[in-house]
Amino acid sequence: MPAAEHKHPNYIAIWIYLALLTALELTVALLHFLPRNWLVIALLFLAVWKALLVALYFMHLKFEPRRLVVTIMAPLPLAVILVLAVLREYAK
Amino acid sequence: MAHAAAPPDAAPAVATHESPAGTLGVYTQKLGMWVFLTSEVMFFTALIGSYIILRWGSATEWPDPTKTLAIGITALNTFILICSSVSMVKAYAAAVHDDQSGLKRWLLTTVVAGATFVGIQFVEYRNLLHEGFTPSSGLFGSTFYAMTGFHGFHVTCGVIAMAYVTLRAFRGKYAGGKYEGIETIGLYWHFVDLVWIILFTIVYLI
Repeated sequence: MPAAEHKHPNYIAIWIYLALLTALELTVALLHFLPRNWLVIALLFLAVWKALLVALYFMHLKFEPRRLVVTIMAPLPLAVILVLAVLREYAK
Repeated sequence: MAHAAAPPDAAPAVATHESPAGTLGVYTQKLGMWVFLTSEVMFFTALIGSYIILRWGSATEWPDPTKTLAIGITALNTFILICSSVSMVKAYAAAVHDDQSGLKRWLLTTVVAGATFVGIQFVEYRNLLHEGFTPSSGLFGSTFYAMTGFHGFHVTCGVIAMAYVTLRAFRGKYAGGKYEGIETIGLYWHFVDLVWIILFTIVYLI
């Protein structure tokens, strides 16, 4: 029963995926081929993408009961509101 | 003797071990760790929010982090932390399958990788301080040391906790498929990795 309950995704594939995204991040950040605003958006997008991979597969959120996922997602809208509010106020 | 006897509460009439009623379908330690981690989300969001205010509200020109900071060695450190997350999930998988030698090997790998991260961060700090970049060197200095310092503190706590878990693993405390302790510390470890992924982008690359 436990083996069936614990789904193990291909961790090595996720690791390679994360390594490739990190390499892409460095390329985008250091080669400066994007305009400043697009650079920031691209880097944030890649960071969130990597963070999602860690949360979904390494922290097994993809395989948790929906009730737990909904409960622990509660602070995320608050975090987004805080960041967007200060960005709107201060970003030039 | 070879296999641990079924715990008394695992009677067939009871729902599975992992879905007791009233705990969101997970065991208590895991739920407790997740609740703690959600509060940690707000802790780091507060730091990031302050960083945005100080950086974009700053009257003076903000230094280019990719020129001030050592990106190469920090990128390597990022990769080391990602590797330690992989060894952590490998340890968890080994614990679930009661592979004791695999569990000890992967836990040790995780402790060594985590300690390496802290060591490299220490060297990075030493070099930056030597170059005159200190917490008192303006807003960039203070926000840089506050954000990476709090994260480094979390990694250090994780390494200490992980060393304790590894010691317990060597004493056979997780034998018989008792994976809960490994999964719970693993959640903390992956969260610290996740926060670094965000901080590395915000502090070092943007």
